[in-house]
Amino acid sequence: MNREQIDLIIVGGGPAGLAAAVAAYDSGVRDMLVLERDVNTGGILQQCIHNGFGLHRFGKELTGPEYAWEYERMAAERNIPIRCGTTVLNVSPDKVVTAVNSDGVSRIEAKAVVLAMGCRERSRGALNIPGSRPSGIFTAGTAQKYVNCMGYLPGREVVILGSGDIGLIMARRMTLEGAKVKAVCEIMPYSGGLARNIRQCLDDFDIPLKLRHTVTAVHGRERLTGVTISETDEYRRPIPGTEEYISCDTLLLSVGLIPENELSKGAGISLDPITGGAVVDEKRQTSCPGIFACGNVLHVHDLVDFVSEEAALAGKSAAEYISGGLDEGAPLDLKPDGKIRYTIPQRIASRDEDVKVYFRVDNIYKNVKIKVINGDKTIFAKKLAAAAPGEMESLTLTGAQLAECGDAKLEFVLEAG
Amino acid sequence: MKQELTCIVCPLGCALTVEIENGEVTEVSGNTCKRGADYARQECVRPMRVLTTTAMTEDGRVIPVRTDSAVPKETLFDCMAEVNRVKLHLPIKRGSVIIKHIAGTDADLIASKDIERGI
Amino acid sequence: MSAAKGMIIKMYDAVIIGAGVIGAMTARELSKYNMSICVLERSNDAAAGASRANSGIVHAGFDAKPKTLKARFNVEGSEMMPQIAEELGVPYRQNGSLVLGYNDDDRKILELLYRQGQENGVRGLEILGGEELRKLETAVSRSAVCALHAPTGGIICPYELTVAALGSAMDNGAEFLRNFEVSEILEDKDSLTIYASDGRSVKARYAVNAAGVYSDKIARMVGDDSFSIHPRRGEYLLLDKDCGGIVDHTIFKVPTKKGKGILVSPTADGNLLLGPTAEEQEERDNTDTTAAGLNDIIAQINEEAEGVPVRAVITSFAGLRAAADTGDFIIRPYKTRMVHAAGIESPGLSASPAIAVRIAELLFELGLKTEKRADFKAERKSYYWFRRLGAEEKDAYIKDHPDFGKIVCRCETVSEGEILEAIRREPKALDLDAVKRRTRSGMGRCQGGFCSPRIVELLAREQGIPIERVTKSGGGSYLNICRTKGGGQA
Repeated sequence: MNREQIDLIIVGGGPAGLAAAVAAYDSGVRDMLVLERDVNTGGILQQCIHNGFGLHRFGKELTGPEYAWEYERMAAERNIPIRCGTTVLNVSPDKVVTAVNSDGVSRIEAKAVVLAMGCRERSRGALNIPGSRPSGIFTAGTAQKYVNCMGYLPGREVVILGSGDIGLIMARRMTLEGAKVKAVCEIMPYSGGLARNIRQCLDDFDIPLKLRHTVTAVHGRERLTGVTISETDEYRRPIPGTEEYISCDTLLLSVGLIPENELSKGAGISLDPITGGAVVDEKRQTSCPGIFACGNVLHVHDLVDFVSEEAALAGKSAAEYISGGLDEGAPLDLKPDGKIRYTIPQRIASRDEDVKVYFRVDNIYKNVKIKVINGDKTIFAKKLAAAAPGEMESLTLTGAQLAECGDAKLEFVLEAG
Repeated sequence: MKQELTCIVCPLGCALTVEIENGEVTEVSGNTCKRGADYARQECVRPMRVLTTTAMTEDGRVIPVRTDSAVPKETLFDCMAEVNRVKLHLPIKRGSVIIKHIAGTDADLIASKDIERGI
Repeated sequence: MSAAKGMIIKMYDAVIIGAGVIGAMTARELSKYNMSICVLERSNDAAAGASRANSGIVHAGFDAKPKTLKARFNVEGSEMMPQIAEELGVPYRQNGSLVLGYNDDDRKILELLYRQGQENGVRGLEILGGEELRKLETAVSRSAVCALHAPTGGIICPYELTVAALGSAMDNGAEFLRNFEVSEILEDKDSLTIYASDGRSVKARYAVNAAGVYSDKIARMVGDDSFSIHPRRGEYLLLDKDCGGIVDHTIFKVPTKKGKGILVSPTADGNLLLGPTAEEQEERDNTDTTAAGLNDIIAQINEEAEGVPVRAVITSFAGLRAAADTGDFIIRPYKTRMVHAAGIESPGLSASPAIAVRIAELLFELGLKTEKRADFKAERKSYYWFRRLGAEEKDAYIKDHPDFGKIVCRCETVSEGEILEAIRREPKALDLDAVKRRTRSGMGRCQGGFCSPRIVELLAREQGIPIERVTKSGGGSYLNICRTKGGGQA
C-alpha cells in the first residue's frame, strides 16, 4: 500500500476543491494534492452546460464547463497536483486519508484536509411517492448527465417534480432536444428556483408551473406511462379529489440537494441537522481541528460563484493552520431563530476580524428586519425588502461589533418592519 | 401600459416594471444595473436568448456548445436543427467557432470545452 | 429466437419453472446429481418476483401450525440455512427474533406460540419479561411488557440467496433461460414439452412448478385445478444504513388473523427494514406501493421500536406473497411428470433449502433415475469477496486488476471490477436492477443517481448493445429513448 505524507489534502476537484487549492497555494502551501473521484476535474459543472455562472467571480457569464476551465487553468498555472479517478474511502479524525484508484490503495497522512465533496440529489425513495417501480424516473441531475454528457434522451413526454434550478434547467434542455415537458409541479406555494430560470426555462416554452401540486402516484409496469398529480394544502398534504392524471414516459425529480457528508461522519465531525453539512467557524474549520469544509458539502449554495468564494476562504484558512495554527479566542455560537433557518458559520472562533455571515430564511418574507442580538444588546440590524428560501442572504459583523459581545451566544432574529 | 418582467441577465432576477407607450419602452424600473434596463427594452421589442446545447463529434460523443451572443428567441429551434446536423472533427478548442451565423442570426455557435481526439 | 418447425427441441431430465428462491434452490439441489437441468424464468433475471421483495427473515419456526408443511420445512430449512449461506457466500446473520406482547392477552398468545414452537422443534425459545426484554434490545417500545425470544431467527438477503443458488447450479452445469414465459405444456408418452409465449420450447422428462404467484396457472396447463393462488401484496420501507443499528433483533408484534404484522428488522446488508402490510389482490403483477400502506407502516412502527427516524427512508417497495387457498405449502407430485412447489408464502425463504431436498425426493419417487455426482462444487465465490478484503489485500489485487480501483457507486463503494464481474458471471446481470441485486450499486442513499449512467455504459459495452437498449429490469423498461444528435433524435 502506498503511504504518503502531504501537508494539505483536498477531497474533491470541483469548483470548491479547485478554488480551495488555488487559495491555499496563494497563501503559501506547496505540498498539496487534490483527490477527484471523476476522470476529470470540474465536478458537476461539467454537466451544467447552461450559462449563468461566473458573473460575480469573473464578471462574465460562463457555462459550467467554461467556469470549471477557469479554475483548471489557475490550478495548472500553479502546478497543483491533482489525482483524478481517485475515491476517498475514509478520513480519520487525525487526518489520515485513505483513497483508492486504479493504482491501488493509498494512505496519506495530512496536516490539514479540506472537504469539498459536493452534494447529491434527493431521490424518489426519500420522497416515498407511491405506485409502481417502472423505468423512466430520474433525478434531474441524472437526466442531465444522460443528455449533456452522454448524448441520450431519456424520454419524450416529461413531468418534473420540484422547481429547483436543475429541474427548471432540464425542462428547457429536454424541450430543446425534442421532448415535451407537460408540467412542473412544486409542492410549495413558491418556486425554489431562480426567477430568471422560471422566465427563460418555463415561460419561454409555455411550460406550466403548478404551484402547490405534487406527484401522488406513478403508473406503469415496465416504463413509466403516467403520473397522478394532486393539489396540496398548507401542510403540503395532497387534497383528495384534486387528482389529475398526466400521461408521460419520464418523471424528473428536482426536489432538493443533500450535502454528501459520509466522509465527515466517518471523521466524527459535528454536523448541523439543518444544513446537513458540518458545523464550522468563520474560517470554515469543522469541529475536527485542521479539517475544513466548503462548497455544497457544507451547505447547498445558489451560485457556484459563492462556492468558490467560500472555498477560497477554507483554502486560505487551511494554509494558516498548516503554518502555525489558527487563533482561538472566546468563541461565539450563532443561534438562528427558525425563521432564519441556518447561518454559516455556526460559530465564530476569533473576534479579531470582520465576519461575513450567510443565512437562509424559511419562507417568503417582505419588508423584514434581521437583528443580531448578544445578551440584551442588538449589535446589528438590517432591513430586507424581500427574503426567500431560494436566496442566500449575508451580513457582515465587524471586528468591533464582535469585540463588544459579552455573552457567548449570538441570536439571529427575523422581525417584521 | 405597464408590463412586469423578470430580468434574466444575471441570477439576481430583478423584478422589472416596464412602461410602454405606443409600442415604445418609455421607462424601466426595478432594475439593479444598466444591463437590466437594456434587457427590458430588448425583451419588449424582440426577446433574445443565449442558446446552450451539445453537438456531436465524429466519434459519437457530444460536447457542450453555446452561441457567443444572444439569438432571437423565436430562432432557438432553428438553431437546434442546425446544431443537430453537425459532426465535429476533433480536436476542438474551447471558444472555436462551430457554426458561423447560426440559423442566419448574428451569433456564432462556439465550443464550451476543449475536446481531444479519441479518449 | 423461436424454434423453427422440425428443429430438435432440447430435452432435459428436469425443467424448473421459476427462478425464485424455490426454483433456484431446487436447481442447486438437483445439480448435486448427474442429470441435465434447465431453469425457466419469465423475467430478465432470477429473483424477479416474491424473492425480490420480502422481509428477508429466516424464521425460527414457531409461527406455523404444528404438522403443517410450513412448520416442517421452516424448521428444517432454517437449520440448513447457515451452511448453505456459507457455501454460497451470502451474508447471513442469526440475529434472533422477538415477538412483543403488550398485555396479559398477548402473553397468552406468546405462550401458545412458545408451545407451538416446542412442538415444531424450534430450539432455544424463551418468554421474557419487560426488564429482560429491554436488556436484550434497548430500542424496543416502552409499551411492550413481554416477548417471545427466538434466538435461532436470522436475516438473509433473499435475492442474493436466490441469485447465488442459481449461480451455483449453473456452475454445476444447469442452464438458465430468461424471458421464457410458459404459455403451454403438452404431455406425451415420455416427456412434457414446455412452450414459451415467444415460441421457444424445451422438453422435460420431469418438471418442477415453482412459478410463485403463477403456480396455479402452470398447474392448470397440465390439467390440475386443485388449488389457486391469491396474491397478497406487502409494502416495505427501507431506511439508510445509518439506522441499521437501531435494533439488533427482528421485532414482531403478536400475530393477528392477518398474519405476522409489521416487523422492524436490520437487514443482512445493514439497513433497517419496516413492513410489510398485507393486502389481498387479484392481479399477479401489481407491486405498487400506496400512500395508505406506507402511512400504515409509519403509524405502527412506534409500537415496536423507539427512535426510528422515518425521515431516513431511502426507498419503498412492495412484493407479492403467493398464498394458496389451502393455507399451507403445496409440495406434491401431480401425475407422473410434475412436482408442484406452490403456495410458497412466508416462511418460504426460510424453508427453501428443505423444500428443495423434498422436491428432489419426490422426483426420484416419480422415477427420475440418477446418482450423486462426485464433482459437485458446493462453494461459490461471494459477490462480496472483494469488499471483504483488507486494505493491503485490496491494494495488491488492484495492482493486477485496476478496474477494482475505480469506484462507480460511491454510496456503497462498489468498483467497476465488481460490476463487470456481476455482468460477466452466471447468472449474468443483463440490466440495471440485476447489477444492483448482485453488487448493491445504486442501492444506497442516492439510489443510483450518480452511478447508473456509468453502469448503463458498462451493460451496453459488455453485451454489445446500444445504450438505448439497456433496461432497468428487462422487457420494455428502457432508460433512454434515443440519441439526441446525428439523426437519431425524437
